[in-house]
Amino acid sequence: MAVIHDVMPAFELFQPTSVDDALALLDRYRSEAWVMAGGLDSFDWLKDRIKRPKVVVDLSQVKQLRGVRAAGDGLEIGATTTLTEVVSHPLVREKYGILMEAAEAAASPQIRNQGTIGGNVSQDTRCWYYRSGWTCYRAGGNICYADTPTAVNREHAIFGADRCVAVNPSDSAPALIALDAKMVVRSSRGELVMDAEDYFIGPGTDITRMTVLQPGSLLTAIRLPATWAGAQFYFEKVRDRQVWDFPLVNVASAIVFSGDRIERARLAVNGVAAHPMRLRKVEDAVRGKPRNEATANLAGELAIEGAQPLQHNGYKIPLMRNLVKRAIRGGDGTWTS
Amino acid sequence: MDFLTWGRNPWQQQILTHVSWNLLWASLFAGIVFLVAHASYMVLSAHRKRTAAETDAMEAARTDLPDRIPRHSLAARMFHWVMAASMFTLLFTAFLPVVGIQFAWVTWHWMAGLVLTAAILFHIVHATFWMDFWSIWVGPSDIPEFKAEILRELGHEVAGPKPGKYPLGNRLYHLAIVFAGLTAVGTGVFMMSRVRTPFFTRDPYLFSDITWGFTYVMHGLAGVSLVGLVIAHVYFAVRPDKWWITKSMLLGWVTRRQYLQYHDPHRWVVGSKPGERARRA
Repeated sequence: MAVIHDVMPAFELFQPTSVDDALALLDRYRSEAWVMAGGLDSFDWLKDRIKRPKVVVDLSQVKQLRGVRAAGDGLEIGATTTLTEVVSHPLVREKYGILMEAAEAAASPQIRNQGTIGGNVSQDTRCWYYRSGWTCYRAGGNICYADTPTAVNREHAIFGADRCVAVNPSDSAPALIALDAKMVVRSSRGELVMDAEDYFIGPGTDITRMTVLQPGSLLTAIRLPATWAGAQFYFEKVRDRQVWDFPLVNVASAIVFSGDRIERARLAVNGVAAHPMRLRKVEDAVRGKPRNEATANLAGELAIEGAQPLQHNGYKIPLMRNLVKRAIRGGDGTWTS
Repeated sequence: MDFLTWGRNPWQQQILTHVSWNLLWASLFAGIVFLVAHASYMVLSAHRKRTAAETDAMEAARTDLPDRIPRHSLAARMFHWVMAASMFTLLFTAFLPVVGIQFAWVTWHWMAGLVLTAAILFHIVHATFWMDFWSIWVGPSDIPEFKAEILRELGHEVAGPKPGKYPLGNRLYHLAIVFAGLTAVGTGVFMMSRVRTPFFTRDPYLFSDITWGFTYVMHGLAGVSLVGLVIAHVYFAVRPDKWWITKSMLLGWVTRRQYLQYHDPHRWVVGSKPGERARRA
């Protein structure tokens, strides 16, 4: 069991002031470098002495990476923009209320003041076996301690378990997928812009990572297209403690109506798999249907198809079903915007 | 260079986890070095082969033989190509992610592993009851052939035995594949109890951490060994002077001339009718 120490192991600290400098450092030190944005996930790892990077690249001085700006019809959010800045930005509140809701649901005000949107989507899993420093699959070993007959796995995956059953804990990730956001990833080899849903990867692809970010690459910005701006949004997060906790399950939906029928919809849930899941089957099924209880029920049932509970997380199946129902129908008649 | 990777279990015991992927590069390097060394040697060597006149004379004396000598039955060929396809799938799914090509590989890997396991079980039964079981194995009785082959490689004319149905190199390769393949398959079947499949109830605590570590290391060692072995095999399969053997694995037969040129008819006895079983003299 890891013990939090007062003193972190020594590392060399770099505080670049430009993206190019940061990338040069990451390219130079590759897997020996640790990228730090807000530092909230980072300091857990470093103080637990589980991750022992030779070099820490602190992005806090890179002004290019910070701020919300208009980009074409949409918005571009720098990766180190704090969650508080995202939540309070007028354009986010006006056009992308779901992101505001999701960012505001993350952690506590103090943490949102320091935590960044890039860090929130790129943070590591909270699986406590993994974070205790044991050599599980995700840590390069050959076992998942959370997927054994005696494991405590109440918070773990009901979908996509591939040796590892950890889940992605991000609140903003499903909202970004629902908004069809684009993630801008840079490395010394150039810039790559990808759909938000492709930014996250499961254990089948790489069991040691939760995103496409590899040593030497950096998430620099998140672009929100106008496609879903002003749509009818729904975000809900269920957690053990309302004041400050990671999601057990969260859901985000963006729906455009044509009359009383659903013209198009995008939904994503998180906390149920190693990556946030876009619910394409549900999106297809509800298209053209009226927003009513029957459509919501159909969506809920479709959403949980294929779910495989572990010993202690069977509750996530009805929880997810009901959250998806509400994401279509609206919870108690309320919508995010 | 590390050969093994270690971790700590919840009881703070140091446990083996995997082989180091450095060994993959070592195996690739070894395979390629062998390929280059052998190709260079074959260009420069004074390998003694039967002359065309010798073979003509032998062919004239053995007109009782059919034009086509059966070498591999349909079942044996099917086993070989199924094994090859599954082996390539296993190696690609195992090692492409290691070299940076990421994809969801585990399901493909264990499915190919099951195909290979089934193929091997079939082969064991088939070879035991329907093939000349001992013709592929190597033993002390092959020492004279080994000596004769070495001398021929050095350009000497020797009266020692020529190969029976399978050349000595072929048999040694088979031996290596048996060890590496059975190790990979044997450990792989148990490792399936750690992933979700329709066949087993997951039981990651089937073995102790130490035994699991040893299992993973053996699987890894077999896997990286197979990389080098497969490189060597493919190299020989595509060499022009060995193409007749590859062709026989496709078509099932060799010509009478190839039979007489490359084999010892006393050690691989062929009857006058196609399909008659070869027997080791």
